Amino acid sequence: MATVNFTPQLERFLTAPPATVAGDTVKTVLSEVFADNRKLEGYVLDEQGRLRKHVAVFVDGKMIEDREDLSDPVGEGSEIFVMQALSGG
Amino acid sequence: MSERALVATRKGLFSLDRKAGGKWGLSPIGFRGDPVTMALTDPDRKNVYAALNLGHFGVKFHRSEDKGRTWTERVVPAYPEESDKEKAKSLVQIWSLEHDGNGGLWAGTIPGGLFHSPDGGESWRLNEPLWNLPERPGWFGGGYDDAGIHSVCVDPRDPNKVTVGVSCGGVWVSEDAGESWNVRSKGMYAEYMPDDRREDPSIQDPHRVVQSPADPSVLWAQHHNGIFRTVDYAKQWEDISDSARPSKFGFSVAVHPTEPDTAWFAPAVKDECRIPVNGEVVVSRTRDGGKSFEVLREGLPQEQAYDLMYRHALDVDSTGNALLMGSTTGALWISENQGDAWQLLNAHLPPVYAVRFDK
Repeated sequence: MATVNFTPQLERFLTAPPATVAGDTVKTVLSEVFADNRKLEGYVLDEQGRLRKHVAVFVDGKMIEDREDLSDPVGEGSEIFVMQALSGG
Repeated sequence: MSERALVATRKGLFSLDRKAGGKWGLSPIGFRGDPVTMALTDPDRKNVYAALNLGHFGVKFHRSEDKGRTWTERVVPAYPEESDKEKAKSLVQIWSLEHDGNGGLWAGTIPGGLFHSPDGGESWRLNEPLWNLPERPGWFGGGYDDAGIHSVCVDPRDPNKVTVGVSCGGVWVSEDAGESWNVRSKGMYAEYMPDDRREDPSIQDPHRVVQSPADPSVLWAQHHNGIFRTVDYAKQWEDISDSARPSKFGFSVAVHPTEPDTAWFAPAVKDECRIPVNGEVVVSRTRDGGKSFEVLREGLPQEQAYDLMYRHALDVDSTGNALLMGSTTGALWISENQGDAWQLLNAHLPPVYAVRFDK
């Protein structure tokens, strides 16, 4: 199981509590979270399932490399942070 | 005269209301701190729509059913999947929003999309006939990375007739509610293109296109390279730049609701110098179809001014008497005598993206 934490900046717009879910890639983990929170998906991913340009995802402290398919691996007990990138202003 | 207008800005949406005694009052009605790219009020004055462009979290669409007191997030337009995921488009901005004349909405978007919602933003459908035009991939961005549809004109006499303005993709007209489209940019020219493509109708950059409510065959365009007008539903555009004062460059245009020959513009120096001519903010007005222009300046700053008016930042109300204008440097002015004199309502707003009287 991995733990997913969302930037508190999202609380301005919707509820995004931490979640502990199963999955072996960023994509499968986030899909689990979004299954219970469809609105949140549109804030993190675009309609093609890609990470939004000014959103950054870290897995155990490392920024993910695959922003299109979110294939970066997630380990048992991994901690994932979904942050807003400073590039967005 | 209109009693209310919406002011969409870089940092929130405002309502401008006429108070007792005729004084105008400006109040924030939502999205404090967030960019609101477009807003629209339903003809019944009840429902209000707002399009947001959150820097990090994407484009959002909200509807209020109580004149802007409370808001609910609705669905946003979505672009289709493509086999090459890297090339698939995603929504960058809702740039225009109009009633379709049948209770639904049209939204023009960046990149280059036209979407229709039959249900007030509960759902959206991409207009595929326009999206699939062979010319569409040749459209390119003007001011943004991608092309965008900033003007959607719905014929008040026949809502099946829809005209869109694209930067940079020209003017397109449908006579069957969007089932098919024809380019109608003949007469426009593009000085930013090589000579052999100067008059290519599909790469023109009309900054803003508006349609005369009184005579829908008359349309006005403030184009990147000048001011154009058509009297035959865009079959042929006439260049009226030579008579424009003090310049032919700008972004916005507003047309009088009952006088097709009367229109207003907010001129700037030229494309490579987007500031007011001589540091003087003025509005130009023609009453004779562009044969001559008056330069209106009473009540507007006449020295050291850098206010630029974006393409949706000048509007005229349904009587043709009141004009509202907002600038990139956060000034908001109103005129209640067709532009003869202006009153500053606020000098310190966020950059103004769009102003709209309730109509």
